[in-house]
Amino acid sequence: MTTLTKGPEAVRLPAPPPAARRRGRWVTITLFLLPAIVLFLMLVVAPMVVAAYSSLFRWNGFGGLPTDFIGLDNFTRLFSSEIFVQDMWHLVVLVALSIFVQLPFSLAVAMLLHQRMRGRAIYRMVFFAPYVLSEVITGVLFSLILSPGSGMANQVLSVFGWESEWLADPDTVLPSLFLVMTWKYFGFHMMIYLAGRQNIPDELVEAAQIDGATAWKTFRYVTLPLLGPTIRISVFLSVIYTIQLFDLVWILTGGGPSHASETMAVTMMDWGFKRSQVGYASAISVVMFVLSLVFALFYQRLVMRRDLEGATTSMGGRR
Amino acid sequence: MKRSLVLIAAAVLVAGCGGAGGSAQQEGTDGSPGQVTLEWWHLSTAEPLKSLWDQRAKEFMAQNPNVTIKATVLENDAYKAKLTTITQSGQAPDLFATWGGGVLQQQIEAGLVKDISTDVADVLPNFTPAALSAYQFDGKTYGLPTDIGVVGFWYNKELFQQAGITEPPATWSAFLEDVKKLKAAGITPIALAGKEKWPGHYYWAYLAMRIAGLDALKQAAVDNDFNRPDFVAAGQQLKALADLQPFQKGFLGAGYGTPDGQAATMGNGQAAMELMGQWAPATQADAGKGLGEDLGFFPFPAVEGGKGSAGDAFGGGGGLAVGTDAPPQAVEFVKYMTAMENHSKAVEAGGVLPVLKGEENAVEDPNLKQVATMLAGATGYQLYLDQAYPPAVGQQVNDSVAELIGGTKTPEEVAQDITEVAKSEG
Repeated sequence: MTTLTKGPEAVRLPAPPPAARRRGRWVTITLFLLPAIVLFLMLVVAPMVVAAYSSLFRWNGFGGLPTDFIGLDNFTRLFSSEIFVQDMWHLVVLVALSIFVQLPFSLAVAMLLHQRMRGRAIYRMVFFAPYVLSEVITGVLFSLILSPGSGMANQVLSVFGWESEWLADPDTVLPSLFLVMTWKYFGFHMMIYLAGRQNIPDELVEAAQIDGATAWKTFRYVTLPLLGPTIRISVFLSVIYTIQLFDLVWILTGGGPSHASETMAVTMMDWGFKRSQVGYASAISVVMFVLSLVFALFYQRLVMRRDLEGATTSMGGRR
Repeated sequence: MKRSLVLIAAAVLVAGCGGAGGSAQQEGTDGSPGQVTLEWWHLSTAEPLKSLWDQRAKEFMAQNPNVTIKATVLENDAYKAKLTTITQSGQAPDLFATWGGGVLQQQIEAGLVKDISTDVADVLPNFTPAALSAYQFDGKTYGLPTDIGVVGFWYNKELFQQAGITEPPATWSAFLEDVKKLKAAGITPIALAGKEKWPGHYYWAYLAMRIAGLDALKQAAVDNDFNRPDFVAAGQQLKALADLQPFQKGFLGAGYGTPDGQAATMGNGQAAMELMGQWAPATQADAGKGLGEDLGFFPFPAVEGGKGSAGDAFGGGGGLAVGTDAPPQAVEFVKYMTAMENHSKAVEAGGVLPVLKGEENAVEDPNLKQVATMLAGATGYQLYLDQAYPPAVGQQVNDSVAELIGGTKTPEEVAQDITEVAKSEG
């Protein structure tokens, strides 16, 4: 790591500015940051604090701040609730499917579209298009397509003598939901991978080919390792999205049938806004927050450590 | 200035007449010439009400040039969610549709709903007591009814005939037999919207009413205890029905008013019956083709050995409540909407049922007449459970019953789950 220390030293070379000028710079920085900090405190930090606070109360959400303090009862109730435990399981299933099916699929499409082929730009655009649609429109669209009675999916598949109840059957609802998620998001991940692939110098691939590497070996030992940072960030985005998954489920199934496709965010909406138990819903949101935070911190520290050198994980420059 | 004052006075006078007179003077004293906008939220998304209500608003605006009515019309589930969200932020629309009961009571306790007792004292005697009861608490009135009805079975006469059923079932066991006959004839017996949970809760509610009785349902909410043999028995009967697999294909994912939902399935003649409220014929015609002459109505059958009377009716209406901070014109509009000559138009069109005394003659549709007669002769009345109970308990009833119908919960677990949530509220 000795080579790294060269950088900071080089910066330190010019004489430090006089104290007055340095203070002036701090004032400028503070002034520029102030609007953003105020907004951040008001719209992000304050609601988080209020949610954490109200999660300790029995509260129907009406009138001022909650008063009926019940300690951690909301959390004990939450973790003994079958539905919430099911939500966590759905999260695990969807994350696993995303990482092991959706992302490899996106990667494969990206590699394919990196080749020189006719109409490459059109394919890229078409595959990326679903990502631009709003989640609600996607939801409405697929609830029509996947409708068991008159939906397009069953009309087409019935030609081959195959039919499914899609979103109406507790056993198939999660895979169907994942299908819609993939349709909507594989284009986005494909785009990230394409960008990552374009950053890999052609010389490396060429060199491997000259050394006699097969296409698979070139991919496995040259392209894939060099795509590492890109893959790690796309896994990260995918997991965070799944933890917060709401719109699509709300429109497609509302969490049903029999909670078979419910996610934490849907459960939270249900208790907070349909049943007026805001304290309990706040407890769910706190768990979601902690889960996202813990995942983000651990993932960034452990997995994305090298990719983020000098950003969030530099530990004050000491590394 | 002078001219606008005259205009206002004239407008208020006209509005006063519309609201069966009386309050014009009181209005005249504080009437300021400023423009007033009334936010009005309701959920009549289907014809004929959709355009009728719109017409009433336009007429009212024409008579009161300083009033602008901005209507927000949402579908049932979206409406409930949006109203809860805004009321939790400490506001309420100036005018909003309500079912009364526990949900309205919670909004009243939060200080969001105006006590309109004195404003409407002059028109109160015009309403039937059954229609009014859901909006009155401790002798105070918080809303006026626009509709009142009952839930019952709407059936397709043609399909019943095909299955060889000559008359609608009067008992629960006969009902189950008919379901089997329909299935044997290759007809889907019942249309149900399983994605939305409120249509399913009607079955459990009616069975609980027939088996345990009205008083038991009331008492359960007081004691926070639904863990009684009678409620379990209601669940078992519903399970017996669900085990016959009487519902349309993919019903667990079906909505109510959507193009392939419960109402459309029924309205297109793809299922023989549905358990639904007085608005069912309108929605069937709106979402599907509508059955016309083939549509019939029969009350929920009696359950043998049950404690409840077969004459007890389950249902609800709809009313209009006024937000605490609403301008006085909001109350005037509510009175205008429910005045005899205005409201009876909606009754004639078959959109709502009579809420005013002497309005019965305006009912023209034979099926709705039957509903009105059943209502008039009801031995007891139970409001929708998801409105009568506090929201958390009501939604849990919906939820648990959906799980029971979906086959993931037993009747005992349903009673247990509802009890647990009821206790968490208490």
